Amino acid sequence: MRVNFTVNGRPQEADDVWEGESLLYVLRERLGLPGSKNACEQGECGSCTVRLDGVPVCSCLVAAGQVEGREVVTVEGLADFAKQRAEHGGCASGACGTSLQDAQQWAARGTDSQTGEGGELSPVQQAFIDAGAVQCGFCTPGLLVAADEMLERNPNPTDADIREALSGNLCRCTGYETIMDAVRLAAARQGEAV
Amino acid sequence: MDFLRPASWEEALAAKAEHPTAVPIAGGTDVMVEINFDHRRPEYLLDLNRVGDLEEWEVGEESVRLGASVPYTKIMENLRGELPGLALASHTVASPQIRNRGGVGGNLGTASPAGDAHPALLAAGAEVEAESVRGSRLIPIDEFYTGVKRNALAADELIRAVHIKKADGPQQYSKVGTRNAMVIAVCAFGLALHPETRTVRTGIGSAAPTPVRAKAAEEFLNAALEEGGFWDNGKIVTPSVAKQFADLCAAACNPIDDVRGTASYRRHAVGVMARRTLTWTWESYRGTARAAFEKGGAA
Repeated sequence: MRVNFTVNGRPQEADDVWEGESLLYVLRERLGLPGSKNACEQGECGSCTVRLDGVPVCSCLVAAGQVEGREVVTVEGLADFAKQRAEHGGCASGACGTSLQDAQQWAARGTDSQTGEGGELSPVQQAFIDAGAVQCGFCTPGLLVAADEMLERNPNPTDADIREALSGNLCRCTGYETIMDAVRLAAARQGEAV
Repeated sequence: MDFLRPASWEEALAAKAEHPTAVPIAGGTDVMVEINFDHRRPEYLLDLNRVGDLEEWEVGEESVRLGASVPYTKIMENLRGELPGLALASHTVASPQIRNRGGVGGNLGTASPAGDAHPALLAAGAEVEAESVRGSRLIPIDEFYTGVKRNALAADELIRAVHIKKADGPQQYSKVGTRNAMVIAVCAFGLALHPETRTVRTGIGSAAPTPVRAKAAEEFLNAALEEGGFWDNGKIVTPSVAKQFADLCAAACNPIDDVRGTASYRRHAVGVMARRTLTWTWESYRGTARAAFEKGGAA
């Protein structure tokens, strides 16, 4: 079947989708967006977290057909998404967002690959780099999407709020302390910017 | 596989009547796991996400009519006052991502003995609104669970809503697992005090083939509270009464040994949770009863 939906602010069409296929599979294998990671396929690990109509969900548990006509934001579009939110409080014109080609080629590369400097990063992405919250990196995309959504909802989170918001994201390197540091840092910077 | 996408409730009922083997999918947090792991290959998937009124709820005089797909997150955020037991239970479901998608309709449809909502529904008192093209009926929650992952629905029926009694007293919910997030209950316990009828209701999860009430324990406690005048004098529940209640709750279990825990552990833990939730709710009842009494005295 064919599925039409919005990905990172741009309309997309996926063809030859099997009826039992997950949104995660469509994103990775049909649209070439491998940022959302495939690990447990049962909603335990949060590596595949995306926003569906603004709400964080495990894309492995959303049937592809269920996203028809709906809006998805993936980690590849997070930098643009956060920028739009900061500048305009969202995308009013409908002309913003990230093209599929840009999203497919998206990487945290800037003029300096170690610090991300010069690259187009969302504040939460920059904070993860600065706090050293990325080890193997597999859980990072899901954590970024979940953390960004929490900071949008709750600009001054307590440690308990952060733990709760990230409780559906597993890090097998067990780098939770620096992940906490990163989210605290992003929240503090967000507070300074206002 | 066919993907059916009804745009309205009527269309959904028609589709289910035409294809009784169709598997309804709303949050997908159970169904998609089975499909991803190839444990299930339904001929038809019946997507309910486009049926908007399944995500709505109405607070009535005596009960809340909760749409089958209202996500757990919304229950926690909006219905804590009316449905405190279910709100607590909702908060123990998996993770934020799962609570954003999953709802009580799915818990009932799957009818796993470990479903987190069941003990809260049993304790509060509830009816399941099931409908087919033949008509609509309300199934009392006590008659809904018929076996391990089996329920009272007919092949052509869909769950539209759950009617849950609004709390008329304190409610509590307790769940045993290895950590706070992402656990399937080893066992769970819900308790609701109903001061208006001077009764106590319970719900036990994951400690029998189906979610069950501890009816003998309820009857014992109802009689003991009445006999001691506890509802009026606001005294603490006698430790011997609490212990007897806990023992009877443990006796209501019919658990198995499995990877999550042994049968004897489950029985023990249910007893502990029964005593604790009774203490918590009764303390809360005494607090509010005293406040009401003092307020009445001052006026």
